Amino acid sequence: MKKDLLKGVEAVAYGALEGGCECYFGYPITPQNEIPEIMAEELPKRGGVFLQAESETSAINMVLGASAVGKRAMTSSSSPGISLMSEGFSYLIALELPCVVVNVMRGGPGLGGIEASQGDYFQAVKAPGHGDGRFLVLAPSTCQEAYEMTAKAFALADRYRNPVMVLMDAVLGQMKELVRLKKLKVEYINKDDWALTGAKGRPSRIIKSLFLDSAELAARNLKLKEKYRKMEKEIRYEALIEEDDQVLLIAFGSMGRIAKESVLKLKAQGYHVGFFRPKTLFPFPLRALNQIVQRNSKFRGIFVVELNCGQMVEDVKLSLCSQKVEVISQFYPPSILPYPEDLVKGVKKWLKKVYFFSPKV
Amino acid sequence: MAKEGLFLFPKSLKKTLFHYCPGCHHGIVHRLLCEVIDELNLREKTIGIASIGCACFLYNYIDVDIVEAPHGRSCSAGTGIKRARPDLIVFTYQGDGDFAAIGLGDSLHAASRGERLTVIMINNTVYGMTGGQSSPTTLLGQRTTTAPRGRDPKVMGYPLLVAEILANFPGVAYCARVAVNSPARVLEAKKAIRKAFLAQLEDKGFGYVEVLSACPINWKLDPVSAAKQIDKLCETFPLGVFKEDW
Repeated sequence: MKKDLLKGVEAVAYGALEGGCECYFGYPITPQNEIPEIMAEELPKRGGVFLQAESETSAINMVLGASAVGKRAMTSSSSPGISLMSEGFSYLIALELPCVVVNVMRGGPGLGGIEASQGDYFQAVKAPGHGDGRFLVLAPSTCQEAYEMTAKAFALADRYRNPVMVLMDAVLGQMKELVRLKKLKVEYINKDDWALTGAKGRPSRIIKSLFLDSAELAARNLKLKEKYRKMEKEIRYEALIEEDDQVLLIAFGSMGRIAKESVLKLKAQGYHVGFFRPKTLFPFPLRALNQIVQRNSKFRGIFVVELNCGQMVEDVKLSLCSQKVEVISQFYPPSILPYPEDLVKGVKKWLKKVYFFSPKV
Repeated sequence: MAKEGLFLFPKSLKKTLFHYCPGCHHGIVHRLLCEVIDELNLREKTIGIASIGCACFLYNYIDVDIVEAPHGRSCSAGTGIKRARPDLIVFTYQGDGDFAAIGLGDSLHAASRGERLTVIMINNTVYGMTGGQSSPTTLLGQRTTTAPRGRDPKVMGYPLLVAEILANFPGVAYCARVAVNSPARVLEAKKAIRKAFLAQLEDKGFGYVEVLSACPINWKLDPVSAAKQIDKLCETFPLGVFKEDW
């Protein structure tokens, strides 16, 4: 098996090639330019298509075209570019066209900066475009995961005929780790029953999203909603939980690494602290989290640590609305990256406040 | 001999009634498009792109595989299709608002790249579906719902001459402006549409046909006067072939 020291974004590109990507369309933006650069080099060699578009709006609609004729298509960008693609996202969802979108988030709003941020959580998870549409959202935390999740994203997109977003940030995108470029079992799904290939030997097909009849449009939305429910099968998370845990740290993506390290430090010091990291942000592991907290009556505080001003915390609160437990939003705006020690201090301080002493074993 | 009659119903045209307003030229252009698709035997390998506007309902009338694209993005969606499947024949059917306003960037870049696409651009100088607002091709002095005192170049600039712009692009193989308000012009229009498909079929480049088209309802004219008004449009938008690269 080939091993390589790769940046997160490079791992994404190799993951896409492994996952069967046939067409890439994109527009340059920092911090993800290695993805189009690798695709420009590699895709044509494999009989695929690489084209640099004149804008993100154009790129996402090229993806729409390639997807409509049954190809595995993708684009990648960073926050401002993703906003520009929003209209296209909504159409892709409505037309039930599969594709993979990689967002290597940077600080916002506006031009913001190029530091790491998780500020696009809401956009990715709640409303990638106008209307009532959702993406299946994967959040890698290591370069290895970036490789594997991107590869798997194509099959997931095809399975649900829906866009899949790989949501990561500049820290994960630009850091290097050893990645095992292992051969993955890639699922291919037959698209003969819907892809546009020319009406040869069959009636012509229409892929459209305009439904002026109100009953038809309502039915369409309910069909999509049912699809999102089915996606719950794809929910994945990482959990490090022990019976006596009193505090739970929840984080995703690059922040998941920092939070995990702080949990391990706290555990080593004898604190009962657990760790939970959603790998799918939509659908969110709502029930799993609820059950974990319900099973352990010792949980007093849930820390939601994010690189934004508090977004995922809302989903955590929804998951735990039936539980008597305090949810603390431990947020860091873009460009303020905490050390694990900062989180350790924060948890200890909170424990002292709640228990009036440090409840070490 | 009967099979080669002058007025057979095109195979690619669905046998249904058009929803278009009386005197609208979409129906004529749809028919010409279908005749050309039939004559070149392309029906089974053609993908059409329905744009935003009255002709979004293209798929109700033209019996080929069709995908809908967001407003202005047809040339980009077409690029995605053609790059992914160069063996398919791709046409877009867009209005002046779609192609020349919101989609001008997509349109010009696709033309500049020489995408093997066939574009039918229906220029009726207004946004028809939304009720007759100004478009980039609204004539000087023409009244619209958003130019109630007529188009004033000091405020709204000048009509955009898209065919003339595209003729300068090396990537464009065929570029013409036609009208369908007389039998002779209908025949010319059909020839142009055929050429715009041949540009793609023979791998020459981007094929573009702009059709000056009547919108009687929004022009506040009866169908006959609206057809006559096309002659007035020709003063600003001269008919002709602006580029034919082979």
